[in-house]
Amino acid sequence: MSTDVQNNGVAAKPKAPAERAPSSALDLAIRYGFLALLVGLAIFFSIFANGFAGPRSAVFIFQSVAMTGILALGVTCTLVVGGFDLSIGSVATSAMMLAAYMMVVLEQPAAVAIVACLVMGAFIGLVNGILIVRFKVPDLLATLGMMFLLVGLQRIPTAGRSISTGMVLPDGSTAGGTFDPFFLTMGRHRFDFFLEKLLPIPVVFLVVIAILIWIFLETTRHGRLMYAIGSNERAAALTGTNVKRYKITAYMISGVLASVAGMLLAARLGRGDIASGTNLLLDAVAASLIGFAVLGAAKPNAFGTAMGALFVGILLQGLTMMNAPYYTQDFIKGAVLVIALVFTFSLSARKAGGH
Amino acid sequence: MTDCLCQISGLRKAFGDNLVLRGLSLELPAGSVTALMGANGAGKSTLVKILSGVHSSDAGNVSLAGQSFVPSSPSDAIRKGVVTVHQAINDGVIPDLDVASNLMIDRLAEPGFGFFLKRKQLFADAQEIADRMGIDVDVRQPVAQLGVADRQLIAIARAMSHQPSLLILDEPTSSLSAVEAERLFDLIETFKARGVAVLYISHRMSDIRRIADRIVSMRDGEISGLFEDTPLDYEGAVQAMLGHRMTDVNIEIPQRGEPIVELKQLRLKPHAKPIDLTLHDNEIIAVTGLLGSGKTDLAQALFGLRPPNSGDISLDGAAYAPTSPGKAIANGVFMSTKDRATNAVIADFNITRNISVPFLAQFSSFSFLSRGAERDTARDMIEALSIVCQSESDGINTLSGGNQQKVMLARWLVDKCRLLLLDEPFQGVDIRSRHDIGEKVRQTAKGRATLVFVSELDEALEIADRIVVMHEHSIIAEFVNRDVDLNEILTAVTGTAQKQLEHEAA
Repeated sequence: MSTDVQNNGVAAKPKAPAERAPSSALDLAIRYGFLALLVGLAIFFSIFANGFAGPRSAVFIFQSVAMTGILALGVTCTLVVGGFDLSIGSVATSAMMLAAYMMVVLEQPAAVAIVACLVMGAFIGLVNGILIVRFKVPDLLATLGMMFLLVGLQRIPTAGRSISTGMVLPDGSTAGGTFDPFFLTMGRHRFDFFLEKLLPIPVVFLVVIAILIWIFLETTRHGRLMYAIGSNERAAALTGTNVKRYKITAYMISGVLASVAGMLLAARLGRGDIASGTNLLLDAVAASLIGFAVLGAAKPNAFGTAMGALFVGILLQGLTMMNAPYYTQDFIKGAVLVIALVFTFSLSARKAGGH
Repeated sequence: MTDCLCQISGLRKAFGDNLVLRGLSLELPAGSVTALMGANGAGKSTLVKILSGVHSSDAGNVSLAGQSFVPSSPSDAIRKGVVTVHQAINDGVIPDLDVASNLMIDRLAEPGFGFFLKRKQLFADAQEIADRMGIDVDVRQPVAQLGVADRQLIAIARAMSHQPSLLILDEPTSSLSAVEAERLFDLIETFKARGVAVLYISHRMSDIRRIADRIVSMRDGEISGLFEDTPLDYEGAVQAMLGHRMTDVNIEIPQRGEPIVELKQLRLKPHAKPIDLTLHDNEIIAVTGLLGSGKTDLAQALFGLRPPNSGDISLDGAAYAPTSPGKAIANGVFMSTKDRATNAVIADFNITRNISVPFLAQFSSFSFLSRGAERDTARDMIEALSIVCQSESDGINTLSGGNQQKVMLARWLVDKCRLLLLDEPFQGVDIRSRHDIGEKVRQTAKGRATLVFVSELDEALEIADRIVVMHEHSIIAEFVNRDVDLNEILTAVTGTAQKQLEHEAA
């Protein structure tokens, strides 16, 4: 009797990944399922959401995709080395507040504000990286701590108030600076693209950054080594790779990209708004994790992340146009994320081996 | 003594393509200590894991006191009377909890223990167990404050508290002092007297001489020797464990070139005897020895993973003291590590990318990779090492163990080096691949010194010009691999263990 049990137990065990060739239909589903879903979603909203298929709606989608996408590309770099960055949302809002503070309160030109934001982003990434590789704080906890720290820090200079032109400072005086028009152009100008004024500048930023990150990760040896670290850190170290340096670099890229997104947000809003940017983290994390499923990559990748951001953008805009309340949107976003994760990790796990 | 408590027959277990237990049969009599010996990868730990309910077997039967024994989980195995003390001490104790909770933890996990802890009762029960075992510690103390030896004794005491009928001890004395080990042996004797069957796994000859009633040698997933006639044949047991399937593989020892690496008064441990060794061009040297003899430490010192305690290494006449694998590689010292799954294989990468990892700079200009150059190299390597695969872009985990190992070797043959270190290059590798690997290492040997770390003697005999035997972190014997007397090597591997025993007894 017990021999039966034993044999059953063995039979039920999944075979070692040596087995190949899953059914071709499943292969196709893993490869193109997500892109089909994306197109399907766009068609669905075009039919059922009044006004979804119009230029105004497209501009909205582009604008939200740009923010989400740039942040998500940063997260992607940390995912590649087997890490995670939860601080990106608060780095972005900190950059927004810093840019506004530099121009409005300290009356600095746009260039100084931009440089300050980029330096801040790189510095936070450096600190995250050092916490993780030097002090061995687990990545989720280190960046979670950094997130809370920044949420508080960004409010200290203005005693918790938003920054806008002509605001009253904590000491009673009035801020004398204004947003540099050039700075505002970064977030507000729209190029003609098929239709008049269709393409906001942030989208151009996103496309350029996505291509650069793609080139970096896919075609340079540094990107290759980062993937090696993410797959087997020990093995990578034993082939002479400087694991610590690459990990820190990944967090610095993430920090810099988050600060770029924050500046674009500041430029679009024209103020340092403490209340905005609460959803940035969830959207960006969703985009980069959904990106795993694109083209069956089963790994973090720049193209997938950009598609993931587009997916999140279309979903949110479509739901908005269908008058879904914000809490429903959060629920659906969460559900989509969970489903995408199941899709990626359970289905792709069958597809053994490399790519 | 004669009634057989546990009977194992035809036990088989494979992990993927790797057949670890090949129809193993073994009897464990009650009231007797059976020592199990086996080299790395012989399948000892897999056997232990099947008996302790961690793994299930693929085929074969285990019966315990006449009943079929198929544990569904570790706790099920314990309930049925098979208790295991694992080698890694921290698997055995939870450092943050106090001694009492550690002693009682299995009870806490039993269904029907009750929801709330009764601390007084807990301490009293724990104290009773501790007293019975002769452990002299405050049961309220956190385990984290105890030394390694006390932790070990607590893990063992907990195991004993279950009144096991079969007790499995995996390297129990590896962190105990002689006095503490003696306490353990006394304990084992009392259990033996109560009729418990003990399976005692150890590499320490002194332990085995002290405690074993019979010795079982294991090799390649099978029992290779059973010794129960007194006096026990220790030499025979070691020989059966290390094996010598060698026929007449007489190595043509080539002319060796000028010295490349020199170790001068190198100490791997503060009190170890210093090592002096010279490695020459076109020479393959095998380093062998039992587990814990310091082979790994020597490899790590040469590859910049752990600095030696003292002494000097010179490479091509210049001082060589690497502080990281990166520095070692920059100096032309490469190492193919042991345990490829954890230390070498990059599972997400295909064959090509696994080969190119260490020397990506060679495949790129201005950091941009040339996939064509990578692919060409991979194809050359697949051809040269006869790697069995469908194409160079196959996932690494689609390959068998032997072919994976070839890919790991190919990685380090991409560039020329001055010293190539191969740590257990034949681990989980079939005979065919083993031959291919050996041949390729020999073919490419010119221009470098090659150091191969192996625990199995026949592997050393197959590949090396010179065989160096390590014991207690120093070199105790050296042989030129020509008409070498196997027994002499075996005596070297175990002989000092004998001296050590005399030393300990004194």
